[in-house]
Amino acid sequence: MYIKQLSVFLEDRSGRLTELTRILAENDVNITALSVAETADYGIVRMVVGRPELAKKVLEEAGFSIGLTDVVCVNIPDKPGSLYRILEILAAEKINVDYMYAFSNNDVALAVIRAEDIVQMSGVLEKNNQQLLSQADIYQL
Amino acid sequence: MIWNNEMECADRQQMHEIQSRRLTAMIQRIYDNVPFYRKKLKEAGIEPGDIRSVDQLSDLPFTTKNDLRDNYPFGLFTVPQSDVVRIHASSGTTGKPTVVGYTQQDLETWAEVVARSLTMAGIHSGDTIQIAYGYGPFTGGLGLHYGAEKVGATVIPISTGNTKKQLQFMTDFQATILACTPSYAAHLGESIRKEGIAPEEIRLRIGIFGAEPWTNEMRKEIEQLLRIKAFDIYGLSEVIGPGVSMECECQCGNHVFEDHFIPEIIHPETLEVLPDGEIGELVFTPVSKVAMPLLRYRTRDLTRLHREKCDCGRTLVRMEKCLGRTDDMLIIRGVNVFPSQIESVLMEMTETTPHYQLIIRRENNLDTLEVLVEIDERNWSDSIRELEGIRHRIDNNIKSMLGISAKVRLVEPNSIERSEGKAKRVIDHRHC
Repeated sequence: MYIKQLSVFLEDRSGRLTELTRILAENDVNITALSVAETADYGIVRMVVGRPELAKKVLEEAGFSIGLTDVVCVNIPDKPGSLYRILEILAAEKINVDYMYAFSNNDVALAVIRAEDIVQMSGVLEKNNQQLLSQADIYQL
Repeated sequence: MIWNNEMECADRQQMHEIQSRRLTAMIQRIYDNVPFYRKKLKEAGIEPGDIRSVDQLSDLPFTTKNDLRDNYPFGLFTVPQSDVVRIHASSGTTGKPTVVGYTQQDLETWAEVVARSLTMAGIHSGDTIQIAYGYGPFTGGLGLHYGAEKVGATVIPISTGNTKKQLQFMTDFQATILACTPSYAAHLGESIRKEGIAPEEIRLRIGIFGAEPWTNEMRKEIEQLLRIKAFDIYGLSEVIGPGVSMECECQCGNHVFEDHFIPEIIHPETLEVLPDGEIGELVFTPVSKVAMPLLRYRTRDLTRLHREKCDCGRTLVRMEKCLGRTDDMLIIRGVNVFPSQIESVLMEMTETTPHYQLIIRRENNLDTLEVLVEIDERNWSDSIRELEGIRHRIDNNIKSMLGISAKVRLVEPNSIERSEGKAKRVIDHRHC
């Protein structure tokens, strides 16, 4: 099982990220997780949001370049060693992680992981009894 | 199909005679009626009777754009204003516009060469041509207009701009031909896709594009976007407007209508005439123009000529696609750079769009070239590694083509200013 991550290409201009979040706010789209990867000239904002299709539509109308990327969102116990356990499973299957970001809140900890072969990764994690979140689960967070 | 078989397929001997006769008469006309030319010819020690053959063309003085400005607005007209039925003017980027005048006969000549051009591309009565060149002082719109009517096509004189209406007319009136600048054609193609118009709603089969330099890669891009065959039409208002030369179905250069516009290639610095096949500055003598003939007008366009007979059957001399203008040429760190070279590098990339801008600066007495390239909104990766890979590939290709390095910057789609006429490709901060 995997979910849609929203990727946004942003030029390094002041106010772009503010504009992006303003549009999401106005359309009542909740951001569950967000990371920014930046180079000298541009950045990629990656987000897990409640309603990715709606977010894509409204952002594109506002002139943003949006990609929807498949990622896996794993529910991990919020205690030491949990993330290590997940990555160990992937390493054992020689699955290379492209990027990931994680967060925890109360007793829920989530890791968003992108690998080249997303189908293989989600299969491997499920086989190893890891709990993957669906789009509906994200919406309810 | 050939519109004017006699002129377009004349043997070299016949063409030589036509050109010589017209040149001799033109020298007499400008000597008698234009003080500027009388003075120039006298200074060169030439009396009208001296010139009997087109072979003597190289003895004659040149005319430059500055001469047109110095004689602004009507100083080079050979006829009283009462004989001038139309005036066009091209927007000078600096200073005064370039003004040209036409008699009734000039307008007929113009419609004739445009009719030859459209026929050369395969256009005929029964076609519907959407003319999205600017109508007005610019020669593009009205120039195409009368030639299109002459071949019997149905003309939609929509002029430039208002993309939504362009698409509506294109589909509702079932346009088969589109005439505009290549950058606007690309813009229309993208808009069709963006609007989600079904391909079968568009009936276009041929595009007639000109008024700005474009590469073969850009041609392929436009042909795919619009599902048409694209032809280059060349012209400049000083000589007549669009219809000075045109591509045939062989697409091996543009046939110059040399019975009206005699071409030469000269070395831009020594001003010597160069042999066929060598690259230099294109010079035209529009020998049959009545209101405003010019003697050896320097176009500043760089190209070369070929005289072998074409497979299409025409004997007219061919000029290659212009490499650029002598004034478009950028000198960056001592290297001659044409924007068209960078464009051809970008056209090979699938992850970026043909929209780019070159920014040149001088930092610590060193020229820097920055290339802004829009990523393709439908085809970009959210992986920094891949984006940086694209950037490096463009970097390397520019370096291997030009021999100088450029800073490539990926920018958001639609962030580079679009113009519905000519694209602003170069911003040179060194001269500001």
